[in-house]
Amino acid sequence: MSATAIAEAPAGPLLSARGVSKNYGHVVGCRNVDFELYPGEVLGIVGESGSGKTTLLKCLSGRLRPDEGSIQFALDGGEPQDIYELSEPDRRRLQREAWGFVHQNARDGLRMRVSAGANVAEPLMNLGNRHFGNMREQTIDWLQRVELDINRIDDNPKTFSGGMQQRIQIARNLVHGPSLVFMDEPTGGLDVSVQARLLDLIRNLVRRLNMAAVIVTHDLAVARLLADRLMVMQAGDVVETGLTDQVLDDPQHPYSQLLVSAVLQI
Amino acid sequence: MSQTTQAQQSPATVDGYNYAYLDEQTKRMIRRATLKAVAIPGYQVPFGSREMPVPYGWGTGGIQLTASLVGPDDVFKCIDQGADDTTNAVSIRSFFAKVADVETTEATGDATIIQTRHRIPEEPLKDNQIMVYQVPQPEPLRGLEPRETETRAMHAYEEYGLQYVRLYESVARYGEVSSGAGYPVMIDERYIMSPSPIPKFDNPKMHMSEALHLFGAGREKRIYAVPPFTTVRSLAFDDYPFTVQSWDETCGLCGATDSYMDEVVLNDKNERMFVCSDSHYCAQRRAAGLFGPMAGHALAKEEGETEQ
Repeated sequence: MSATAIAEAPAGPLLSARGVSKNYGHVVGCRNVDFELYPGEVLGIVGESGSGKTTLLKCLSGRLRPDEGSIQFALDGGEPQDIYELSEPDRRRLQREAWGFVHQNARDGLRMRVSAGANVAEPLMNLGNRHFGNMREQTIDWLQRVELDINRIDDNPKTFSGGMQQRIQIARNLVHGPSLVFMDEPTGGLDVSVQARLLDLIRNLVRRLNMAAVIVTHDLAVARLLADRLMVMQAGDVVETGLTDQVLDDPQHPYSQLLVSAVLQI
Repeated sequence: MSQTTQAQQSPATVDGYNYAYLDEQTKRMIRRATLKAVAIPGYQVPFGSREMPVPYGWGTGGIQLTASLVGPDDVFKCIDQGADDTTNAVSIRSFFAKVADVETTEATGDATIIQTRHRIPEEPLKDNQIMVYQVPQPEPLRGLEPRETETRAMHAYEEYGLQYVRLYESVARYGEVSSGAGYPVMIDERYIMSPSPIPKFDNPKMHMSEALHLFGAGREKRIYAVPPFTTVRSLAFDDYPFTVQSWDETCGLCGATDSYMDEVVLNDKNERMFVCSDSHYCAQRRAAGLFGPMAGHALAKEEGETEQ
């Protein structure tokens, strides 16, 4: 995975969704969602809770089969493939090798019974790395990048604070150089100062590694800082899309206007 | 090896019980699971484990396997921690002597079925022998992944990166792969298997072994197997290769240096001895005139030298 590989790749979209819908019985999860995500681009999905953001993210990341529509992913600039038409082992390999998934709650994304170092090294072992010293080096490098004390590499995740756990989770999801990372409220539930540092960190990493990312958040400040483009969702529908600054500075849809005006000013 | 027709025709040895305790249908079911296990080396085959007259953890899986295999022409050996004379081994041996009218032995070479918990005998196994292991936890990935659905998918799709996390933890913490027992092995380069609580010292004995190795987990309802002449590779990192335990001490009784040793505390003055865990192997060596530094020790005389 390198920046040049992406630059040389044909300019097709990395991930594209066509008419993605998911219902839970009579309850609408998301309805008829279309979009395209290009390599290196960061897409923010915003909306209030219950608007279908997480349902959409689960559909996109191969965790929840949509009722209708297709999701295509182009691995390494190759032919786009419908991820739900892949066989289960192939889809799992794709999720494991080409993607990362950062959960809102770090405990859902980490193995709480093994050390921070092993958590970060696991994706490397999944890729077939069988050299301890080599993995150890990469683990240390990544813990430094997410600003964790490397002396605590062998400590259990539960001995770390919430913000630190989230940083371990981020390291774990970026260490194998994925081309696409899904993030579900990566800074939710953290205090503001930790949030700010984490956002800064994610922004730097995403930019430096030229990764594409889909970030779900209800926090418009997070969206402003991280996302190139925004999708605003309400009750399962995408009501507005556009460049982040455009959507936030000049919202067109009444719901987007409400959302933007509801942000507290200090 | 048992001859089923003969087993079925032979009269029940204890009134009111079928031959070898289990009913014939149950034994057939277990044999079917066993055949499947042999056909797919290292794959855990579910089976309808029965209630046995001993608690879980005392070897119900192994007893069911033995019951389904044993015939009157078999010679049965049972060991616990390598020893023939421990309570569990003596009880299971007398159980089968009673319900299956089978000849029992302590001699590894004479046995056709060897039921074990913790050890593989030191004497190399032959092609007419079956090892039956009592397995408490058949799933090598369990400690890392609690969901059975997930571990099954991992086995099915050969997603074995997670298994190395356990080794990673161990090397990071202790500077070596420290797990002494239940050390995960790759069977026939396809399935990862937990070799039950045998020490890693015994892992290499399974590699290309002439004997059939059957593993039964009663509580977990799983049977798996290593057929004869199957490759068994203990997992390791490129820079931390697989090693087995070794001892600087020699066996106090027989002077062996290459067998698996148990440490025995002798008194409260910090005196201790090392002794072969395989009691038959040790006895054989002593019968052949070999002796260790503590043979004929005062303590042994007081307690009466171990009879062999």
